[in-house]
Amino acid sequence: MKIKLTKGAIENPLIRQLERVSGEELKRCYQCGKCSAGCPVTFAMEIPPSQIMRFLQIGMMDDVMKANSMWVCVGCLQCYARCPQSVSVANVLEGLRQLHLRKGEDREQIKDVPFPFLKNAPQQAIVCGFRKFVS
Amino acid sequence: MKIPYYPGCTLNTVAKGFETSAKEAALSIGFELAEMPAWNCCGATFPLTPDNLIALSAPAKVLSSARKTGESLTTLCSVCYNVLKRTNSVMKNDREKRAVINGFIETDYDGSLNVTHFLEILRDNIGFDKVKAAVKQPLTGLKAAAYYGCMLLRPFEDMGIDDAEDPVVMENLLAALGAEAIKSPNRIECCGAHLAMTNEDIVVKLSGTIMTSAVRNGAELIVTTCPLCQYNLEKSQSRVASDTPGYAGIPIVYFTQMLGLALGQDVDTLGFDKNIWDARPLLRKKGIIK
Ligand code: SF4
Ligand code: SF4
Repeated sequence: MKIKLTKGAIENPLIRQLERVSGEELKRCYQCGKCSAGCPVTFAMEIPPSQIMRFLQIGMMDDVMKANSMWVCVGCLQCYARCPQSVSVANVLEGLRQLHLRKGEDREQIKDVPFPFLKNAPQQAIVCGFRKFVS
Repeated sequence: MKIPYYPGCTLNTVAKGFETSAKEAALSIGFELAEMPAWNCCGATFPLTPDNLIALSAPAKVLSSARKTGESLTTLCSVCYNVLKRTNSVMKNDREKRAVINGFIETDYDGSLNVTHFLEILRDNIGFDKVKAAVKQPLTGLKAAAYYGCMLLRPFEDMGIDDAEDPVVMENLLAALGAEAIKSPNRIECCGAHLAMTNEDIVVKLSGTIMTSAVRNGAELIVTTCPLCQYNLEKSQSRVASDTPGYAGIPIVYFTQMLGLALGQDVDTLGFDKNIWDARPLLRKKGIIK
C-alpha cells in the first residue's frame, strides 16, 4: 500500500480533539507492538491496536474512523497493562467511539438487540453495551 | 459485625445465587453483609475518556450515600468493584473533577470511603487461616481453576487487589477450602464482556480459549467473581464443545458458592440450580455433596 504523508493530515484538528477527549498523547507510542500482542481481540480488528496508534501519528484518521477496531475493543485494559510507555490504547479507542457517539452516530439500535439477550443476560452487559454503542 | 454491602443491578436478579451464597457464607464466619439503603446502578462501565464526568455521577452517588452511614463499602461483582473503586479514586485525588461531580449530584463527597471486594474482606479482615479453620466440608480432590478476567485486576494502580499479571488471591482461597487450585494461563484474559450484545462469535472464541485452556491444565471446575464472565462462559459452552474435539464442558461457579459449600451450607441454598451447567453431579462424584 502506498501512503502519502502530508503535514495537513498529521495536524488534523480531529486528531488533536481525539487527544483531548482520550487524555492520551499519541506520540508517546514507540511502536513496540506489545498492545497488539496482549489484546484478546486483535484477530477481529481491521486495524490492530499498535497500528491504530501509528495510523493516528501519521494522520490517517479516515482509515481509523472507518475500521471496526473501536467497536470490537472490549475495554479489558490489557493493552495499557502491557504498554511500556503507559499509553492506553483502550482510552484512544473509547475516544474514537465517543467522537462518533457525541455526533449521535449510534453503532447499535436498541430495537435490534435480540429479545432473549435482553431477557436473560446480566443487566451489567446491557447497561455496558448501551454505554459503548449508543449515544 | 455488619459490613456495608453494595449488590449492584445484576446480583439482585440474574446472579441471585452469587448474592445468597455470599450472604450465607458471611454469616457462617460471623459477619453480616448488610445491603446499603437506597442504592442505584453504578453504570456498569468506568468511562475511559477522562472528560466524561457525567458517567461518574451514578457511581459517585452510591459512594456518597454509603459514606453517610459508614466508612467502607463491599462489593461482590467485579464490575461494580472496578467502577466504584476507580470513581472513588477520582473523587479522592482530583479536586477539579470532584467539584464538578459533586455539583451534578448535589453532595460534598470527598473520596474517603474504603471500597473493598468481598475477597479482600476474606483475605485481609478475616484471614484465610480463619476461613480454613471454619471449613466443615473440605473440597478435597476437586481441581478448581480460578478465572479472574479483567475488571477485578486492571488497571493495577486503581484496583491493587492483587498482582495484575500473576494474581493468587482466589487460588489461595480455594486452597484454604481444601481444593486443588489449578493455574491456567488464560485466567486474566477477557471473556468478551459486553460484546455478548453484538458479537457472539468473538465471545465464543474468547470464552472458549479460557475454558479449554483450564481443562487442558487439569481443571474440573472454573471459579469466577463476575456475573458477566459467568454468563459468557456458560452461554458459550455448547458452541465451544461442538468446535473442540474432546471438550465436554466444564461447570462455571461463583467463588462464594464454593465458599458456602466448604463452610457447610446446604447445597440447595447456594444457587447451583441457577447455573446452566450444573456443578452438582461433579461435586457428588467427588464426595463433596450427597
Ligand atoms: S504497547 Fe504502547 S508503545 Fe507499544 S505499540 Fe502499543 S501503545 Fe505503542
Ligand atoms: S482494551 Fe481494547 S485494545 Fe486494549 S487490549 Fe483490551 S480489547 Fe484490546
